[in-house]
Amino acid sequence: MIKLSFVFIVAGLIFAAYAVLSALDKTNPKRWRNALFWGLFAASFLAGDHFGDLGNGVLVVALAVTAGVGTLGRGEPAGPSAAEKHASAARFGNGLFVPALVIPAVVLFGSLVGKHMHMGGGPLLEPKQETLISLAIGAMIALAVALPLLRQPLGAPLQEGRRLMDTVGWAALLPQMLAALGAVFTLAGVGKVVGGMVAAGIPMDSRAAAVAAYCIGMAAFTMITGNAFAAFPVMTAGVALPFLIGKFGGDPAAVCAIGMLSGFCGTLMTPLAANFNVVPVRLLNLDDRYGVIRAQAPTAIPLLIVNMVLMYVLAFRAHG
Amino acid sequence: MLILLGVALVVVGFAVGFNPLLVVVVSALVTGMAAGHTPLEVLATFGKAFNQNRNISVVFLVLPVIGVLERAGLQERARSLIAGFRTISIARLLIGYLGFRQLTAALGLISIAGQAQTIRPLVAPMAEAAVEARVGPIDEPRRQAIRAMTAATDNVGVFFGEDIFLAIGSILLMVGFLSQSGIVLEPLQLSVWAIPTAIAAFAIHGGRIILFGRRQDRPTP
Repeated sequence: MIKLSFVFIVAGLIFAAYAVLSALDKTNPKRWRNALFWGLFAASFLAGDHFGDLGNGVLVVALAVTAGVGTLGRGEPAGPSAAEKHASAARFGNGLFVPALVIPAVVLFGSLVGKHMHMGGGPLLEPKQETLISLAIGAMIALAVALPLLRQPLGAPLQEGRRLMDTVGWAALLPQMLAALGAVFTLAGVGKVVGGMVAAGIPMDSRAAAVAAYCIGMAAFTMITGNAFAAFPVMTAGVALPFLIGKFGGDPAAVCAIGMLSGFCGTLMTPLAANFNVVPVRLLNLDDRYGVIRAQAPTAIPLLIVNMVLMYVLAFRAHG
Repeated sequence: MLILLGVALVVVGFAVGFNPLLVVVVSALVTGMAAGHTPLEVLATFGKAFNQNRNISVVFLVLPVIGVLERAGLQERARSLIAGFRTISIARLLIGYLGFRQLTAALGLISIAGQAQTIRPLVAPMAEAAVEARVGPIDEPRRQAIRAMTAATDNVGVFFGEDIFLAIGSILLMVGFLSQSGIVLEPLQLSVWAIPTAIAAFAIHGGRIILFGRRQDRPTP
């Protein structure tokens, strides 16, 4: 069986290679800092299960300090010039898209067919992890296709991968760190406090007020935690179950489904949803660190209003 | 109430512009300690969750092949492909991508596209080329606005498509949470309620893309 832990080892080896290449890159004035950062990231992937909880905590703080106190450098491995890339693009034409399409093809195959395939009496891919494993395998197959097809040197994947990882920089770490922060919020009971405040602070004497409190609460709490999944149990237990479903007789399926989507409107507007809103800023070299959020907010706010109207109209049909 | 101090720290820290990694570490320590836990307990909880969430970072495994393709001229090819079709405006391109992303996400195919897989190497260069084909070379602020809109379109598409899929995490979370509260629902009963919002998201974001496209297709004054 191909397990997710195998994917972690591959990721660990690749990050370890970035660390070594960073250390050897004399053009990067911060090469040792970059080497340390990617090296610690590699250690997390390779041996995170053996460090213990406290050990992992120390590892995360070391990563955060390495990238947060002072800044990481950007490795710029030597590569073809812009003119050479244009010539290469003209030479290979649409063949360039072939490896790029291999990734979705493999993910498609893995998540639809691969999950039913068996090997040696067990499933071929670790159950529930089929998509991530397929993504990793797809990336490797795409690489195996691209190197000979496009006549690229063998060292290119690691050097170009390092260039792109350095472009993402500290933001690479943020999504995982925010997930960990969510766990600490849960430990501390932040959700219960917020849910209690909303339920106590907002008068739920009309159906409209309760709908607004739930939808806006989902969006707002998602914005401060970065994750609609963290907001859902809090706001549903605090507002939806007692008021919308209990007092006003709303349909639980419609209330909860539209409530979750109201949370997603919040996800579009918070830097704490880092993999969606911060990582692309780095990948696309945007100067405005909130550029993606600014492009999304004018969609998110009207959509939140639409959600409130939809819930008000659709979830209470049985009662007129 | 004191435990909300950590939440406030995150909001203020991000707003002021401190390094987000340090803000998160400090907020975790403050929140955990305000709730009566020792720093070591907080650190252990934090480290454990970090380790359990390594799957989030697996997407970075696509970067080596994306980098190789870019080295071989993928972005340039994506540009010239779009520049060759003068009928493809940025609005058509992005609305088409939005629909593609919503439909495939509704089938559970979240990872076939994304910011690293498709936006940076393909869709963003195509969107820039679609505008350049009409108005000529574009300046840097306009280029950045186009890129940001492209990234936003990917997020809107995936967020408001995925909940139509039965086996996505958020649907399973709702089913699990509600059953603990004595309300037993099938995933399908929840996922059908994602359809009206998905249509609204397509209409609102699609409308914005049309207006955005009209602004971009005008030459710089």
